[in-house]
Amino acid sequence: MPPLEIHNLCFCNRGPYSFRLESGECVGLHGASGAGKSLLLRAIADLDPRTDTLRLGELDADAVAAPLWRRTVGLLPAESGWWFDLVGDHFADFNAIDDQTLTAAGFDRSVQDWQVSRLSTGEKQRLAILRLLHNQPQCLLLDEPTASLDQQAVTRIEQLLLTYSATHQAPVLWVSHDLSQLDRVSRRRLFMESTGRLVVTGGVADGR
Amino acid sequence: MGVKPLSPADLALAASLVLVLGLLSWRLQLGLGKQLAIAAVRTTVQLLLIGQVLRLLFAHAHPAYVFAISLVMLVAAGREAVARQDRRVRGVHGWLIGTGAMFLSSFTVTFLALFVIIGHQPWYAPQYAIPLLGMLLGNTMSGVALGMERVTETVWQQRAIIEQRLLLGQPATTAVREIRRQAIRAAMMPIINSMATVGLVSLPGMMTGQILGGSSPMEAVNYQILIMFLICAGTGFGAVAAIFGVERRLFDARHRLRLDVLRVAGEVSSP
Repeated sequence: MPPLEIHNLCFCNRGPYSFRLESGECVGLHGASGAGKSLLLRAIADLDPRTDTLRLGELDADAVAAPLWRRTVGLLPAESGWWFDLVGDHFADFNAIDDQTLTAAGFDRSVQDWQVSRLSTGEKQRLAILRLLHNQPQCLLLDEPTASLDQQAVTRIEQLLLTYSATHQAPVLWVSHDLSQLDRVSRRRLFMESTGRLVVTGGVADGR
Repeated sequence: MGVKPLSPADLALAASLVLVLGLLSWRLQLGLGKQLAIAAVRTTVQLLLIGQVLRLLFAHAHPAYVFAISLVMLVAAGREAVARQDRRVRGVHGWLIGTGAMFLSSFTVTFLALFVIIGHQPWYAPQYAIPLLGMLLGNTMSGVALGMERVTETVWQQRAIIEQRLLLGQPATTAVREIRRQAIRAAMMPIINSMATVGLVSLPGMMTGQILGGSSPMEAVNYQILIMFLICAGTGFGAVAAIFGVERRLFDARHRLRLDVLRVAGEVSSP
């Protein structure tokens, strides 16, 4: 699967940002709250007005319809949104999810009939990850994917996400405040200063 | 034929009822007094004015005059529809969407009714055209304003959910599907409800007026049925057009939710 290339990306008076995530590579992104990490992910998903080039391998964001681009670069927001009453209705085809993935996320098949209004924060978080992977994105942009999970679930979810990245050779940009987590999941790390400037810690990348 | 004319004293007597209500509002601190006074004065002045205009118009029936007065009514309806929305589309676009939708629906439906259904000669006879358009515009305006307000308010409240749906790769039209449906239903509810109760609970003003004016009840009823259907169609098409218009404005070509096109509640805006 293709590398993610970001070239001179500017949005909301920020940037330009230029960096590259190789196929199957997981890069950590950390920095103070409010530095703009989530905004960067949103801009890569083309959810905010932006300039210049986003590329996933041969796919140019501006050359394809926005919904297809967003489906291809899966962004997991810090807080997930749910609009139907039942969990299963949020999936294109819940039955297509294999048992292994379900178990890894800590669920069984009955979860599709659960009421969304009765989900805990952690359950929502894990289901949002399932929903994202079900979309078969070719790249993952994860905004604090394990923020509301207990330690046991954190380990399982990290494993689930890394396995997905490895089998699909999907580049991953992993935002976390937990540096020990970034040590576990990523080799290369980007640090966002409170001004929005990106600094590279290890590896090759080039932030403003 | 002919109604017993009302003297200014008769009207003053009716106005005194509103005055008593105003006193009650002051006593109960409802804070409605000023609004009530302004509304009462507006009713009097606007109706007296339109009475004079219609008198002139009936004397000189010319399509250009009829069209000019229709435009004035449309612009006023557009302004009022905008004023009724709290979190409206910013700037001239909000006005254009509402007014455009009302123009499309009210004018088309009125024209159809005058030209095809009623078939009076000439079709633009102001005795028919102006009251018909007035009734249609008045009702369409309520529907359009209600629908637009509902869309903008709900989209604002549910922005996180809409963006989540966009993130999962849904196109903008899918991401607001339920909101759009609710808004159109909200806009249509008043007219559907009034169609269900008309004759049983309420006798509409037009029919009552016609009967007071000496028409036979059956004639008046036929006209009222026509009017109800026209209003229903006009409101429905107007609301659908306005809501699609707002939706187009809320998203850009890249299916991004652009809440910056909405006026922040309480913000002062141009037109």
